[in-house]
Amino acid sequence: MIDLLPLQVDVLANRYSYVVFAIVLALGLYMIIASPNLVKQVIGLNLFQTAVFLFFVSSAYVVNGQIPVIPKDATGTFVSPLPQVIVLTAIVVGVAMTAVALALIVRIYDAYGSLREDAIREVRADD
Amino acid sequence: MTDLATLPALLVVLPILAAALPIAATIINRRVGWSVAALALAVEAGLTAWLASGVYADGQRIVHRLGGTELARPDGGYAVGIELVADPLSTLVAGTIATVSLVVLAYARQAGPRGNGFYAGYLLLTGGLMGVVLTGDLFNLFVFLEITGIATYALVATGDRPQAAVAALKYLLIGTVGASMYLLGVGYLYVRTGTLNMVDLARVLAGTATWGEGTWLAEAGALYAEPLVIASVAFITAGLGVKAALFPLHVWQPDAYQEAPDTVTIYISALVSTAAAYALLRIFLIVFTPAFFAETPVAANAFLVFSVTSVVAGSLLAAAQRNVKRLFAYSSVAHFGLILTAVGVAVHPAAGPTATRFAIYGAVIHLVAHAIMKAGLFAAAGSFAAGVGARTVASYAGLARVRPVIAGSIAVLGFGLVGVPPVIGFLGKWYIALGAISAGLWPVIAVVLASTLLSLLYVARILEKLYFDRAETPEVDQKDHPATDPTDSAVAADGGRTALPSLGMVALVAGAALLAVASGFAGAEVTTAIDPLVEAVLAGSPEVGTNA
Repeated sequence: MIDLLPLQVDVLANRYSYVVFAIVLALGLYMIIASPNLVKQVIGLNLFQTAVFLFFVSSAYVVNGQIPVIPKDATGTFVSPLPQVIVLTAIVVGVAMTAVALALIVRIYDAYGSLREDAIREVRADD
Repeated sequence: MTDLATLPALLVVLPILAAALPIAATIINRRVGWSVAALALAVEAGLTAWLASGVYADGQRIVHRLGGTELARPDGGYAVGIELVADPLSTLVAGTIATVSLVVLAYARQAGPRGNGFYAGYLLLTGGLMGVVLTGDLFNLFVFLEITGIATYALVATGDRPQAAVAALKYLLIGTVGASMYLLGVGYLYVRTGTLNMVDLARVLAGTATWGEGTWLAEAGALYAEPLVIASVAFITAGLGVKAALFPLHVWQPDAYQEAPDTVTIYISALVSTAAAYALLRIFLIVFTPAFFAETPVAANAFLVFSVTSVVAGSLLAAAQRNVKRLFAYSSVAHFGLILTAVGVAVHPAAGPTATRFAIYGAVIHLVAHAIMKAGLFAAAGSFAAGVGARTVASYAGLARVRPVIAGSIAVLGFGLVGVPPVIGFLGKWYIALGAISAGLWPVIAVVLASTLLSLLYVARILEKLYFDRAETPEVDQKDHPATDPTDSAVAADGGRTALPSLGMVALVAGAALLAVASGFAGAEVTTAIDPLVEAVLAGSPEVGTNA
């Protein structure tokens, strides 16, 4: 454990965004599982996805990195644009997913008059 | 070869572009959706056949580089940009998708749902599936998985009852968590290797990359034992396991299959989980390769336990079901477990070249066989529901006398699920069992053989009701289907069995049964078609087939 201590300090001091990533990921997953409210479950899903985006963006951060528009004969450190592009694409996918989820929730609310899973289950049991 | 090389892109783009047409055409004509979809999918099937003729001519590997060939693989051979790959493996599955899409569309003409929006979703789903199968890039695979997902959620929600929306939302929540886990796994791999292309990834992981001189890559060696790589395997397996509905990640699937309209159930049961299982098969065999599992035998054993559990649990749950669609849904859990058991055997360190060869044959054959058999069985269940209003096993009593063709097809396809020769289901199970035996994995052999008996548990229940239950009037179970379902109550009101299933429905069901039997005799042809994959895996090469 003595060997790991400097590593842990380094992670907390310089790479805290990875810690945030793990926390937000777990929070989102917990929200999906634990909340009986369908809208909150979708918010949890968004948190979960955002955590994954945060992982990609943090991994792409380079100290003193420059934007990847590279003039001829340039030297220096340039940032790989790929993770940002991936996150942009994934955000679009996530937005589409949220839209479908909310549309489904509107239909569920129309039919059952509730957003709570347990209430919907009761209505279904009465059928 | 330039013509053939554009085909993979066309196969993905055509259905997605065509998906916009039915919605746009709604302004002019509300009934045009089916014709647009039929035209697009007929062209799609033609293009797939053309591509297949090129790929199988001499086991070629046809690569389409998106964004042109100038930037692709500039020096030393790493890929810049996304590649679409048609090789003997992906073309086989693409052919299955094209065929099933076209045939299920014929079924949809009578069975509905009929809105133009449905056909837009249907075409979008086809495009997404083609993308999943043809892409050679892990992140691109994620995007296509999500396109497939969105289209599937929307299609499931087109069911009449509000429960369909609940089932679709459940599917969406679980499916998106699965897809995000897959993305996280891909992210771990990308962070460690710096590439997303499947072929390049395989080379970097194996330490045989020919580029990156003077960088970390040159002295990295094989990365198989890295914690990030092992974690990424776990995330990718969990993510795709959700999409393929492996026990215990299957909970979305029975509800979705039961609540979706019959046409949608046929389509998604045949193809959506198949695409996910295909992706897992491809990533395990081509990207991680048996060499990874030789380095980390725990991963191979854990994966086998995971998939074998799915076989047993899926079969037992299926045997306990009353609703026929739910029963077949749980049967899918068992059969995808079997397919991935075969993948697990193929990559297992205990498997020699012969075992790997047989297990790969078994996995690929059973993947395609399951798609054919499940499409036929769900179509049969759909025609019984539409014709006689029978949706539960109990209400199938004596139906063999009323609908001999459909009942006969259920018998043939059911025997296929059990694994009775000469139906194709036998061929897949035979090779999987042979693979497990050559690898000497005795617990797996026991489960593969027991899976035959377990399938018999639920297939025999249906057949017994159909053929040997002499109930005079099949009792239509009203409890599962209250009067909210208009077709059901109408049929029940005028004494049942008046509505005849359309010719298209019967043709699809009987056609699936005939195809399942006929392809059971085509074992040699199919194994020849898969041979390039086997050779590539055995040689540790990430490229299936010879480069065009």
